[in-house]
This record gives sequence, structure tokens and C-alpha cells, in this order.
Amino acid sequence: MSNGTIAIAEKSFYEVSTNKHSGILSWLLTTDHKRIGIMYLVTIAFFFLVGATIGLFMRLELLTPGRTIMGAQTYNTLFTLHGVIMIFLFIIPGLPAIFGNFFLPIQIGARDVAFPRLNLLSYYIYVIGAILVLVSLFIPGGPIDTGWTFYIPYSIRTGTNVSMAIFAAFVLGFSSILTGINFVTTVHRLRAPGMTWFKMPLFVWATYATAWIQIIATPVIGITILLVIIERVFGVGIFDPALGGDPILYQHMFWIYSHPAVYIMILPAMGVVSEIITTFSRRTIFGYVPIAMSSLAIAFVGYLVWAHHMFVSGMSDTATWIFSLLTFIVALPSGVKIFNWVATMYKGSIDPQVPFLWVMNFIFLFSIGGLSGLVLGSLATDVHVTDTYFVVAHFHYVMFGGTGTIFFGAMHYWFPKMFGRMYNKKFATISVITFFIGFNMLYFPKFIMGYMGMPRRYYDYLPKFAPLQEVSTIGSWILVGTIFFITGYLLYALRNGPKASGNPWGGVTLEWHIPSPPPTENFEEIPTITHEPYDFSQLKEMEYDK
Amino acid sequence: MEHEKHEHKAHHPGYGIYILVWMGLLALTSITVTVAGIDLGAYTLFVALLIAAIKSGLVINIFMHIKFDEPIFKVFLSLSGFTLFVIFLLTFFDVIYR
Repeated sequence: MSNGTIAIAEKSFYEVSTNKHSGILSWLLTTDHKRIGIMYLVTIAFFFLVGATIGLFMRLELLTPGRTIMGAQTYNTLFTLHGVIMIFLFIIPGLPAIFGNFFLPIQIGARDVAFPRLNLLSYYIYVIGAILVLVSLFIPGGPIDTGWTFYIPYSIRTGTNVSMAIFAAFVLGFSSILTGINFVTTVHRLRAPGMTWFKMPLFVWATYATAWIQIIATPVIGITILLVIIERVFGVGIFDPALGGDPILYQHMFWIYSHPAVYIMILPAMGVVSEIITTFSRRTIFGYVPIAMSSLAIAFVGYLVWAHHMFVSGMSDTATWIFSLLTFIVALPSGVKIFNWVATMYKGSIDPQVPFLWVMNFIFLFSIGGLSGLVLGSLATDVHVTDTYFVVAHFHYVMFGGTGTIFFGAMHYWFPKMFGRMYNKKFATISVITFFIGFNMLYFPKFIMGYMGMPRRYYDYLPKFAPLQEVSTIGSWILVGTIFFITGYLLYALRNGPKASGNPWGGVTLEWHIPSPPPTENFEEIPTITHEPYDFSQLKEMEYDK
Repeated sequence: MEHEKHEHKAHHPGYGIYILVWMGLLALTSITVTVAGIDLGAYTLFVALLIAAIKSGLVINIFMHIKFDEPIFKVFLSLSGFTLFVIFLLTFFDVIYR
């Protein structure tokens, strides 16, 4: 059987339990990768909305100089929580755990991941980590106020619940490692006959590269967190200079994980971009092998640039110029991707549907994020803007404008496949536009304020920043309003949206060959792959909504 | 599959080897402790790391079966080891020149 004609089972995975239970237990104890993906979606989306709401309150505080709605200590707590929730509970697990779980096995023609039970365990470890974060807010000592980077020596000396909050990050790390191991094994062992390495969809390549970073980098943060806890509890001098420790060593170890983690966040998003651009350009990807290899190159070189977060920390001059140079090198594979995406669109039959518009959003915002990164990667200019709003603007453009935007792009692209319903496309198009306006109003003024010297993490500011702070806060209303609007119409579409066909967009990767929503175990018979991943000549023999 | 399993098993060492390796590890540990008492100056760290490397080599190859498993595991392991080496190397550019 070729991938044009795949036999299909009748019932969707929503209707068939994979265990002996029915109802809620059939979900909570499921080993089906699609159900686990949906459970991740619900949990992660919840924390994303919590993180966004906290961000909204932070911006409200900054609407006027001085105290507006909260004191300095509350503000310190909120920006820490916003960071911890958004980084550890939303953006790191986001794309791999939701869309990787749901689509990676389908895209390589497998019935499930290699270790389905381990997959469920990863989910519960994630939930335990999330609960620990929540518990740390309410026990005596008070919520953590160190910022999401937990820098020494403050994190050793503050009386807030640092140990429990960072232990939560330690637990969440295990979820990430186990997911990584699962995906690497799945890609190596469970590809369908004919699915050679270079016939894998680019989302699979990206998720595979990400999985490697999850496995190799995450243990470093694990051991770092344990060392901080040991130092806090037993007073062993590891990082605190007052006890004979080295605070810069902490920063090295923290960023040895946390910089590759940036690539854990962005690589799957780049994979989704490759999928969406090909589908809506009706054209095979330009430079398949360079894109696949650039994912691996980003994954590897991404390990070697961590100390660019530490140029003003008191590192040696030799180290600063070496890390600056390596930082510029990592821009190359990202450039390869952007070039190939644009070249794919060139002379394609572009159909600017909603997911494609999200990708346009991504390319615009991510390019600003990436290019402002060069200002930070250059030694001289970095000294000027370190720890200012410029950095805050840069990483929100990269992380939210990059991965966050693609989270919505992927949601809109795969929603009909995951739920078998179509959302209101008019509402969706309006959301892309208001998202773009709100996003730029919120974050672009931060570039200007940062350049003017506004430090990050301050709850007060000089009067000269007032107009730009106001613009930024109004932007946050538009952006968060849009996010809740998107949540609303997607939830509405779950029940009331028109039924979606198996292939509403005219995609050709394997998930578009099976019904929406997919049947349990995806394929009645494992397909034999005969086509290249983005061979649109298959569309002639496939049913799709023209 | 049956054949593969059989072949797989045939390459595994017996208890004798395991006990020998264990004794070797104990011996190396006692050497580490002894050497710690001698002032080797600049070589202290080098000697300690050398002994640790031999010990981990034994554990990885024999106890973790890497020596007898498919080559792909060796590739994965060396990739992780190489990354760790590079991370050490780059960190030392800070520590040495600070």
C-alpha cells in the first residue's frame, strides 16, 4: 500500500478506550499517544492562561509610576511566577508534549510511541511538578521572588520558598527527559516501511533534534538545582561566595541547560513552520536536507553559546569573545531555515489560510527577535543593554513571537485533525491581526525603553518612561484579550464547529491520509511509504477540500 | 529474532568477569584514597580524573553492557560524552583566564 491509499478504521480514538475503563479513567490511565497529547494540551493551556493573566497584572502595575495595584514584593513574586510558569510549564513542554505526542507517531506511520506507559508517566511527572509549583505559593515562607533564573547569591539567602519551587523544576526536568527518550526511540525503531530518514516530515526531524537536547541538557539543570538545595539546607559552600563558593559557576551551570532549553522551545516550532509553509504553498520544501541538518546543527551549536548570558558577570575576557563568536555562528543554521522557507513560497500556489497567517506572524516577529539578538551577542553593545527591557523585549519576540505564535499556528493547523471540527475562520483571521497589533504594542516599546536604560524587574520607573509604559500596558490588554478570544472560539468549535474532513487543508504528510479525528492506533494497516514527504502529486489520488 | 537473542546472550560475560571488574573497581577506589594522601602538586587533579575515567570506562563497558550491545549505543554515548567534554573545555576558558 502506498501512502496515497491508506485503509482506515471506523471509530475515532475518542470513542475507543485503550484500557478496561470507560469515562474519565479511560483518559487518566490511557496509554494512547493522542489522548496523552490532548491531556497535555488541556493542562499546558491552563498554565499558559494563568501565566498570561499574571503578565496582565504585571503590566497593570506598570501603567502608572509608583505603586498602582501592588507592592514591590508582590511584583517580584509575580514576575518570577510568570517566568517559571511560562518557561517550565508552558513553553518547554508545549510543542513536543502536545503536538509531538499527537503527531510524531502518525507522521512516521507508527501506531504509538515506543514506550506508551513511560509516556503516561511523563505526563504525571509533569503534573506532580506543576502541583509542587502551586504548593510552593501557599506554604509558609511565601512564593519565590528570585526571578526565573534563581541567581545566586540571592536565591541562597532569600527566605521565600526557593527550595520547593526549584525542586518542582527538577521534577519537571524528568518529564522532559523521559519524553525525549521516548521520541528518540520512536523515531529510531518505529518508522513505517519505506520511511527512510530523509522521507521523514520536517516536524519529525525538529522534534527528534529537540529530544536529543532534552536528554543531554536537562540533567545539568537537575544537578544544579540539587546543589542549590544542598547549599540552602546544609550551608555547603558551592555557589555562595560568602561560604567560599563561586557564583559564576552557578550561572555557567544554569545556562548550560537553559540556553539549549531555548532551542528545546524553538526547534519544534521551526518544524511546524516547515509543515505549514509546504502545505499552504502546495510545493515541496526547498532544501529538505539543509533544513533537517540545520535542526541538528542548531541542537549541537546551541550547547556552545550559553555564556553569552554572562558577558557582564565577571567572566574572563577570553571566554567572552569565544562565546560571542560562537553565538554568531548559531545564527547561520537559523538563517538557512528562513531562506529555505521563503524559497519554498517563491512560485508556490500560496493559499493564505489561518495557519499560514500565523506563520507570517512568526517570520516577522521571530526575525525581529533574532536580529535584536545580534545586538546582545556583540560584546560592546551587550554591556549597554544587559538587564534592561531590551533583553525582555528580545526574548519575548523570540519565545512568544516565535514559539508562542507557532503554538497558535499549530493549534489552528491541526485543530480539525485533532478534534474533527473546524473553527470560525473569520474570527481566527481577526485574531491573527489583533495578536500582531497587541504583541507589537506590548513588546516593541520595551526595545526603546531598554535602550534608554529602563532596567528589567523594577516595579517602578522614572517619569520619562511613562508614555511608553502606557502603550505597552494597553498592548497587553489587546494581546491577552485576543488570547482569551482564541480560547473561546476554539472551545466553541469543539462542540458546535462544522465537521472537518480528513484533509481540510490539502496536506500530504501521513496525518492527512487518515480520518479526523484519527482512529485508535492510527492505521488499520501500517502504510508503506513510497512518496517523498512533501510530494503534492499525491493530492490527485487523495480526497481533500479544494 | 530467536537467533539474534541467542547471539546476544553468547557475548555476555559470566559472573567471573563481573566479580573481577568489581574487585578492580574496589582496588582503584583504594588507590584514589591512597593517592589523595600524597602531595602530587599540579598532578593531583589529573591523577584523580584518570582513575575516575578508568573506573567509569569499566562500569560503562561491562556493567552497562555497552561493549556487547549494538554500535548505535556507542554512538549515542560518545555523542553525550563529547558534548560534556566540549562543555568542560569552554568553561575552562573562563576559569583559567579569569
